[in-house]
Amino acid sequence: MDYEAVIGLEVHVELNTNSKMFCGCSTTFHAPPNTCVCPVCLGMPGVLPAINRKAVEYGIAVGLVLNCTISKWSKMDRKNYFYPDLAKNYQISQYDLPLAYGGWLDVEVDGRTKRIGITRAHLEEDTARNTHTLGGGDSGVDFNRSGVPLLEIVTEPDIRSAQEAYAYLTLLKQILSYLGVSDCNMEEGSLRAEANVSVRRVGDPKLGVKTEIKNVASFSGTYKAIEYEIARQISVLSRGESVVQETRGWDPDRGITVSQRSKESAHDYRYFPEPDLVPIAVNDEWVEKIRASLPELPRARKQRFVTQYSLSEYDAGVLTTTRAMAEYFEETVRAGAPPKPAANWIMGDLQALLTESKQEISSCRIAPSDLAEMIILIEKGTISGKIAKDLLPEMFATGSPPDKLIKEKNLVQLSDISELESIAREVIAANPGPAADYRAGKTKALGFLVGQLMKATQGRANPKLANELLIKELNKIS
Amino acid sequence: MAKEWFRLTAHEIRDAVLGGAVSAEEVTRSFLSRIEQVDSKVCAYVDVWRDAAISRAREIDARIRKEGFRGALAGVPISIKDVLCTKQGYTTCCSKILRGYRSPFDATVVERLWEAGAIFLGKTNMDEFAMGSSTENSAVQLTRNPWNLDYVPGGSSGGSAASVAADEAACSLGSDTGGSIRQPAACCGCVGLKPTYGRVSRYGLVAFASSLDQIGPFTKDVEDCALMLGTIAGRDPRDSTSVDLPVPDYCQALNKDIKGLRVGMPREYFTEALGGEVREKIEEAIRSLEKLGAEVVEVRLPHTEYAIAVYYIICTAEASANLARFDGVRYGYRSPRATDMRQMYHLSRSEGFGPEVRRRIILGTYVLSSGYYDAYYLKAQKVRSLIRQDFVKAFEMCDVIVTPTSPTPAFRIGEKTDDPLQMYLSDIYTISVNLAAIPGLSMPCGFTKGGLPVGLQLLGKHFDEMTLLRVADAYEKNRGFDIGHPPIN
Amino acid sequence: MPKLTVKDVEYVAELAHLTLDGATKERLAQELGSILEYMDKLNELDTSQVEPMMHALEMTNIFRCDEVQPSLSRDVALQNAPKTDGEYFLVPKILDTE
Repeated sequence: MDYEAVIGLEVHVELNTNSKMFCGCSTTFHAPPNTCVCPVCLGMPGVLPAINRKAVEYGIAVGLVLNCTISKWSKMDRKNYFYPDLAKNYQISQYDLPLAYGGWLDVEVDGRTKRIGITRAHLEEDTARNTHTLGGGDSGVDFNRSGVPLLEIVTEPDIRSAQEAYAYLTLLKQILSYLGVSDCNMEEGSLRAEANVSVRRVGDPKLGVKTEIKNVASFSGTYKAIEYEIARQISVLSRGESVVQETRGWDPDRGITVSQRSKESAHDYRYFPEPDLVPIAVNDEWVEKIRASLPELPRARKQRFVTQYSLSEYDAGVLTTTRAMAEYFEETVRAGAPPKPAANWIMGDLQALLTESKQEISSCRIAPSDLAEMIILIEKGTISGKIAKDLLPEMFATGSPPDKLIKEKNLVQLSDISELESIAREVIAANPGPAADYRAGKTKALGFLVGQLMKATQGRANPKLANELLIKELNKIS
Repeated sequence: MAKEWFRLTAHEIRDAVLGGAVSAEEVTRSFLSRIEQVDSKVCAYVDVWRDAAISRAREIDARIRKEGFRGALAGVPISIKDVLCTKQGYTTCCSKILRGYRSPFDATVVERLWEAGAIFLGKTNMDEFAMGSSTENSAVQLTRNPWNLDYVPGGSSGGSAASVAADEAACSLGSDTGGSIRQPAACCGCVGLKPTYGRVSRYGLVAFASSLDQIGPFTKDVEDCALMLGTIAGRDPRDSTSVDLPVPDYCQALNKDIKGLRVGMPREYFTEALGGEVREKIEEAIRSLEKLGAEVVEVRLPHTEYAIAVYYIICTAEASANLARFDGVRYGYRSPRATDMRQMYHLSRSEGFGPEVRRRIILGTYVLSSGYYDAYYLKAQKVRSLIRQDFVKAFEMCDVIVTPTSPTPAFRIGEKTDDPLQMYLSDIYTISVNLAAIPGLSMPCGFTKGGLPVGLQLLGKHFDEMTLLRVADAYEKNRGFDIGHPPIN
Repeated sequence: MPKLTVKDVEYVAELAHLTLDGATKERLAQELGSILEYMDKLNELDTSQVEPMMHALEMTNIFRCDEVQPSLSRDVALQNAPKTDGEYFLVPKILDTE
């Protein structure tokens, strides 16, 4: 019997505004516990929330790029439940009138395009973080994340495989990073995905019982968890048993999902409109202003790179993976580097250095203009490509511009004919055997002699010139 | 014998202090000794800030001397309902669950009074979390009506009203969700104003029902009421529901005639259910207004009979969420018996809240719970629309509406606490005002034969406190009797 | 049939995180039952054409700028905490099942 999976995803994104959703506390991640808190985000008696306009605008921007309708009228609601990480024991969220709804996102899976419906995107506030590692019988609560703006993006149950889910999440993350609305850092929890998974017989119009997979720390984890969950549910159904509606967690060590059935009675969130806040009315003018400020998105940028810089589809794709890399590339080109070598250096040596040191291109110490300068020096023949390969790690480590390092380390390519001639003569004199071989017609021996010359000049000799001069000198003596 | 400065109104004190007739310190000491003398009987205060008040008074005196400070409330001693956050002292809402709680900030209204040169005497007693109409639900103490110590001062701001009536403060700040300023003002014979929703910032008011709560003053006369309102009103970026409308000079409403002004009498408020001395006094007051040239017209408020049901659905629903934060995690009471998380919540909240607060939380939770939202909460919000429309229509026919503040004067301590529904029904004249978000003012219009004050309520259009104060001031100056002082020394 | 059963009160008390003793539950079921009965008065009104008054004022779009304001010092933030280690608010161990 054939089964198909029906999957919907809920993604929570922390918006990277400077201040929190309803108060002026900083959203910075690396602060000591309970130092980015105020009466509002601690839910102290007497406080009132005030909406951060930027968060609303970020929400609208995301709605637009996800092809949603932006609500002309939306409001905030209270979602009531008790938990130590929830300062007021209600979360300010949006219930029946989300900021954006009814959109879609096209993702590529195995070369074909799949359209995934976006049910809604709504604003809410993040909760505090609980720590269980303090020792003793207590848990600690740190309210630094309490009140950080969150956008919850919910898909239709259009997803049919772990692969499609993975493709959606990857593309969504790419788009959100491009928009600059979130750091999208899964380790810091600024992007969290939950999957609703059910299976049904192929052709059955009715949905099966779903489980909700929470607390997965990476997209690859989500991929594996969904795959596992589909297989698990199929095997449950095949045995003639039924799937229990529940929340399940992902255990990455054992590679399985585990039930997190809660003791607490059914959730009854008692939503009602937040009386402390007034409704949000978004007119066309505001929407168009935000639309006009949207950055170029990955797909469009990739196409532009192909036409404007004559790059291959592949290169353009790699360079537009992140907005930071695309911008780095374009700044390098703008600083005078020819596009193709710039692309090669960035995707090759520079990317290797970044990967090796676990750095993002946004924090790279080589300024794009310095990379451009290095490439221009190669083009002009001031340094050899080989030297450049040694120079780049120096630039990467020190952040110094190439000309300074070249001077310091005396790396300028040796193109002085008289100096090179004398070195060539010394090399020939010191290696009579290979010289004789060459003269006897064994032209392969030239390679060895060039190598010796490069060694004698610490690689600085202009290779083309070195070749010419060696041949000249060898022929002269004979 | 030292002059009895505590007998004076705020504007009289301010003028005396700024005019050099007396120092703020002397005035403050006069009030502090009055408190010492009578508060053991009245029990209006839950905390008196004696030393802080004196040093503040000295500071005001110095600023007047050195900087020529001319604050609108310079040297005026004021008491604050314990529902407002103050950095000084404690902020407990007279609940066990907040015992010992220190607020890290001052409510916006407290900041504004401070800037105007006020001197804070301390915090006043109230029904726990402002839930009640007699101040008997305080977890701290019973407050007594200064006019007769066997009677309640009204509530929930009973301590504030009693402190002003007993000359233990020149003015006070209270909060009004369904009548909690106007009803105790009526019971204690002072002027109490609930401004239009949005006129005064709620930041720093511990919320009971967010869409109904509003802060307002208790004063000895209408002029002080205008003075206080002008000081605390205005937009506050920390309260998104505070309105960005200019704050007029409310004192311009004083000493004006009311000829030709239309005064509406809602037919639904003057039924046979309203009887006895209260009706007599209100009708007398209306005749005074007529004598002053006002035209009395009958108006209709057809949805009046639904107001109490609407009110108790909305206020308990909002309260159930607003009071969820009292959980023993970040502040407040945590049950020493709690050994796990569930117990921390359940025991702390059950032991920390009093019975009326628990009752309202349960009711509010119920009306919002799955399956009942539409039948109760949504329905109530729809009827609330109708109630507001009633007032909008009525104000097409008149400029102010006049009603009793309460169907009865203050009742005896312990007389009414048994039946909650009966207790809720006595709020009939005040709660519609909060539902409609309009301003309402209560002022004395006479005494019962037993010597208890009767309150006259004046209602105005949204943000038209000016007309309200104008009528109140004209009536006050022509009502033909003197409030005098309660027989307490 | 009673408007509110003891079981209803128990369910709601659980949602509200309150523990009530048996007598209180009985009394509340009765008191709140009669209050709810009184509230059924609203059903006399046909409100199918009425918009709910979801906000007290007819205002929209009140926002603040995305500016960082000073936070509390940690000592002040924690000053009212029933239990703290000077860094965190401490609560009884949170279990996944709660």
